Amino acid sequence: MKKTLATSLLALGTAFGPVQAQDFLDAKQGGAMIVTYKDDVSTLDPAIGYDWQNWSMIKSLFDGLMDYEPGTTELKKDLAEDYTISDDGMTYTFTLRQGVKFHNGREMTAEDVKYSLDRVTNPATQSPGAGFFGSIAGYDAMAAGEADSLSGVTVIDPYTVEIRLSRPDATFLHVMAINFSSIVPKEVVEEFGEDFGKNPVGTGAFYLENWTLGQSLTFARNTEYWNEGLPKLDKITFEIGLEPIVALLRLQQGQADIPGDGIPPAKFLEVTQDPAFKDLVIEGGQLHTGYITMNVNMAPFDNVKVRQAVNMAINKDRAVRIINGRAVPANQPLPPTMPGYAPDYEGYPYDPEAARALLAEAGFPDGFSTEMYVFNTDPNPRIAQSFQQDLAAIGIRAEIRSLAQANVIAAGGEPDQAPMIWSGGMAWIADFPDPSNFYGPILGCDGAVQGGWNWSWYCNEDLDAAANAADAMTDPAEAEAREAAWRDIYLKIMEDAPWVPVFNEQRFTMRSARLGGPDAIFVDPVHVPVNYDFVYSTDVQ
Amino acid sequence: MWAYVVRRLGESLLILLGISVVTFALLYLVPADPARQIAGRSATAETVANIRAQLGLDQPFHIQYARYLGNLLQGDLGRSYLQRTEVSELIAARMPATLLLMAAAITVELILGLTIGVIAALRRNSALDQSLMVFSFVTISAPQFVVGILLLYVFAVQLNWFPIGGYGTFAHLVLPAITIGLLGTGWYSRMMRSSMIDVLAQDFVRTARAKGLGRMRIILRHVAPNAILPIIAMIGIDIGLFMSGIVVVESVFGWPGIGQLAWQAIQRVDIPIIMGVTLISACFIVLGNLLADLIAPLVDPRIKLK
Repeated sequence: MKKTLATSLLALGTAFGPVQAQDFLDAKQGGAMIVTYKDDVSTLDPAIGYDWQNWSMIKSLFDGLMDYEPGTTELKKDLAEDYTISDDGMTYTFTLRQGVKFHNGREMTAEDVKYSLDRVTNPATQSPGAGFFGSIAGYDAMAAGEADSLSGVTVIDPYTVEIRLSRPDATFLHVMAINFSSIVPKEVVEEFGEDFGKNPVGTGAFYLENWTLGQSLTFARNTEYWNEGLPKLDKITFEIGLEPIVALLRLQQGQADIPGDGIPPAKFLEVTQDPAFKDLVIEGGQLHTGYITMNVNMAPFDNVKVRQAVNMAINKDRAVRIINGRAVPANQPLPPTMPGYAPDYEGYPYDPEAARALLAEAGFPDGFSTEMYVFNTDPNPRIAQSFQQDLAAIGIRAEIRSLAQANVIAAGGEPDQAPMIWSGGMAWIADFPDPSNFYGPILGCDGAVQGGWNWSWYCNEDLDAAANAADAMTDPAEAEAREAAWRDIYLKIMEDAPWVPVFNEQRFTMRSARLGGPDAIFVDPVHVPVNYDFVYSTDVQ
Repeated sequence: MWAYVVRRLGESLLILLGISVVTFALLYLVPADPARQIAGRSATAETVANIRAQLGLDQPFHIQYARYLGNLLQGDLGRSYLQRTEVSELIAARMPATLLLMAAAITVELILGLTIGVIAALRRNSALDQSLMVFSFVTISAPQFVVGILLLYVFAVQLNWFPIGGYGTFAHLVLPAITIGLLGTGWYSRMMRSSMIDVLAQDFVRTARAKGLGRMRIILRHVAPNAILPIIAMIGIDIGLFMSGIVVVESVFGWPGIGQLAWQAIQRVDIPIIMGVTLISACFIVLGNLLADLIAPLVDPRIKLK
């Protein structure tokens, strides 16, 4: 059953439906834009960069074997011209595009693919993404520092590379599409060493022309780009150090084209109601869920009835109103745009009466006192206060502990420190559009360790086994069954109620009238925040 | 004189050493694990442990500090945890912007402060004097982020006279320089006023007047130069005040100096950057004070350096 897969079979759902019009693909090249950001760009090394600011910058400078259709979560081939999967789902053979050149002019070959995977999994690289490659044969030896090369990755010829897995992994093609598997040229990495992130060289649509630390970066069009007709713009200037409010003012005065940090909450209503600008505002979903965790090992949250009562006590609509309606209420861990989402599931109703009754049944007729940890940046403390009122209504007295982000994360990673955490500002956003990505680190046993991200410390071994079984379903024909298996896992989690899923945040951004392209690429679910390669300039059309 | 300078420099080094210990200890006690920050949320426990070991964060405090100090003495401030760039490179890239802002702010406060002080002294106890002193009181008390946002809103957004934040041209410099300069303006105008009043009461002024010299000539040639001297000595101390203001003001105006760098690093617990900027700022403050002490005897021969 050796066969070439149609990528659509693997596309386990699309966030916005495929971008229909071809017109943006035919747009003429040329023009420029200015994108603003508040913080410094941390690094452009694809093995290191892991924030939502450098994420799509790296995607524009580098390519991987796989990518996604613009504006969607649909996988497509990128540097891989084709690939085959063995019958047992354990061996992937990629055929590379020929004639693809790095920005330094050298041709990219299978050796570069091997080098890039070896580099990202080498502990000395300190890549935050190394763990994604755990299913490649030889990963454990690499992680332990016992090998300097992945035994599972073999160069067959300059344009063919074979990757053997140690266990079936239905998410493997997604892994080949994340930034960490971008292809980098060995000689440049070795030349710059730790400073490769400041001197990135890839095969991407743009190359880094200039970087003035703390001020600006300029990306220029890679005229040798293998994907003809792309990118659309000749130049992108990233201006750094502008507060979101200032960035918005500049856009309104024609001094900037995209506020990279989005529309600041304080200005949201004003902008969306301003006739001059409301048509330039773009809304998009994102693979995000905001939730309250309850530590299932700390009394009284070790009692499932208490957790269910809290689920019924929280007024999610009010929380959504606090952020000016920039979200939709949630009733399960997965966001609606994620494959595996259960659209028919109704969740726990908002019912303080029933919640109080359940709490009494659990042995707490008079409620109890507890603490809720929260990231101290607006609007999170305000949202937490709203939860505090909701909890007070059923007799739970929750004291709010408002702390810096790193401190809340540290508290959540301790087994007995934070009874409740509101995840706002730190919530999980999927690394790739697959339901498994919402499980392991935040709801599975793997994450329920000291320093982990499973802040509810929920560990259900039956579900872990079910999750492993689902991820072993690599045959594309089983895609639907796999999705159903994952749906089932999340609904079982909701029975145990370690979380209160509160809302799924929407993203809001703006673009100047000078820019063209479908809305979906400005709120791209994977090329976060903006898919720069496809934005075109209306000035040159 | 030179013995004094050498001794003061030695003391300064001790002060810097103390600052480095205290800052390092505070950052050591922050309940946030840098290794986890670097490793990100998808990292396994082994990855985090491995990074912690590579950075030496698993060592006890005194070993970590000794290592930091050892590197520091070789001029190595370490690498940023999150940007993975040499801290010295990040600071060097941003230093020119901060120095430019400092020079501009000092110019603003001297021009405005001295002018207001002189006018207030000459119109002592008049309505003008009182309103100027109220003004200086307001500039001393107003928080700089409020002043900054107010100036930005009025002069950049509403009147469109200046760009809305950023860096590059003289126009970009004006508003942040005024925001920082206004604080010093308040202090300098009050000092200049009282200093002028003192000098105006001196005998030599009366003598000058008796000689029949013109009023302007007396003020410009005899009074102002004498009144200014104590203020010149203040500029050194002012640098410390300046360093505390740049974190806020640079962030408000998007000014790419070391204050903005520090602010971003604090939010992300990027300890090597926080340490680096703290030490550099401390150097400025220590040197500024030393400068003030060295200038003092030149200004007033009654002061002797010992």
